[in-house]
Amino acid sequence: MWQIFHKLGSPKWFFGIASKLMPWLLWVGAAMLVAGIVWGLGFAPKDYLQGNSYRIIFIHVPAAFLAQSVYIMMAVAGLVTLVWRMKLADVFVRAVAPVGAILTFLALFTGAVWGKPTWGTWWIWDARLTSMLILLFLYFGVMALGAAISDEKSSARAVAVLVLVGVVNIPIIKYSVEWWNTLHQPATFKLTEKPSMPAEMWVPLLLSVLGLYLIFGWLACLRMQTEILVREGRTRWVKELVQARGN
Amino acid sequence: MAFDSLGAFIAMEGHGPYVWTCYFVFFLLMGAISLWSLRQRRFVIEQQRRRTGSRAMPDNSPAGANFTRIEPSQD
Repeated sequence: MWQIFHKLGSPKWFFGIASKLMPWLLWVGAAMLVAGIVWGLGFAPKDYLQGNSYRIIFIHVPAAFLAQSVYIMMAVAGLVTLVWRMKLADVFVRAVAPVGAILTFLALFTGAVWGKPTWGTWWIWDARLTSMLILLFLYFGVMALGAAISDEKSSARAVAVLVLVGVVNIPIIKYSVEWWNTLHQPATFKLTEKPSMPAEMWVPLLLSVLGLYLIFGWLACLRMQTEILVREGRTRWVKELVQARGN
Repeated sequence: MAFDSLGAFIAMEGHGPYVWTCYFVFFLLMGAISLWSLRQRRFVIEQQRRRTGSRAMPDNSPAGANFTRIEPSQD
C-alpha cells in the first residue's frame, strides 16, 4: 500500500502511466460523449413539459457534475498536499483548476440559456445559481493565488488551504435545491433512487456524463504532464525524455 | 428518430437557437482548452529540448563564457 502511495508520488512514474492511459481516456471518452449527445439530441423523446429545450440537459448536467466533482478531487489533493507534502497532488490542483473553471462556466451558461425558454429568465439570484457562481470564483481564486506566489512550497500550501476552505460550497450547491425555494429542478440522478426519467432519456445522459469524465481524465493527465515537465526540467529523466521525443 | 425531418431537427419547435447555442459554446470551449493544453505541452517540450540541446553542444554556441573544469593540484 505504501509502496503504491510512494510510486503515485513519483512524477516520473506518473508521467509514464499517464502517457499509456491518455489515448484510451480520450477516444473512449469522446466516443461515449458523442454517442450520448447524438442519442439525446436526435433520438430521445421530447419532454412533455419543457419540449425540446430540455435537450440541453445532455451537456448541462455533465458539465455541472464535473464542475463539482473536480472541485472535490482538488480538495482531496489539497489535503494530501498539506498532510503528506506530496508534490504530485499540488501538480494536480494547478493542472485542473482552469478545466474546472471552464466546466463551471459551461454549466452556468447552458443553464442560463436553458432557463430562458423554461423559466422566462436568463438569470435569477437564487441559491443554486448563486452557489455555482461562487464555485466559478473559487476556481478563479485558486488560479490567481497559485500564480501570485512564486515560492513553490508556500504556493502549494496556500492553494491547498484555499481549496479546502472553499469545499464548504459543495454541499451548499448540492442541497440548495432542497433547502431553499429555487427555480432549479431537483437532481436528475440520485444514488439511492431510480431516475425520475425514462431510460431513453437517462441512458444517453449517463453516457455523456461518463464520457465527459473520461475526457476530463485525459485533460488532467495532459496538463499534469506539462506541469511536471516545467517543474522537473532539471532532472535527468526529463532531459532524456525530451531528447527522445525530439528524434 | 424523434424528428420527422432535418428541418424539424434544426428548428426543435422553436427551441433550436437555445439548444444549438449551448452545444456550440460547449464544443468551442472544450475544444479550445484541449488544443491549448496540447500546445502548451508541445511548447514546454520544445523549450526544454532547446535548453538541454544547447548545453549538450557547447562547441556550437556563440562566443561567451566558457566553463572548463580545471583540476587543481592536490599536492
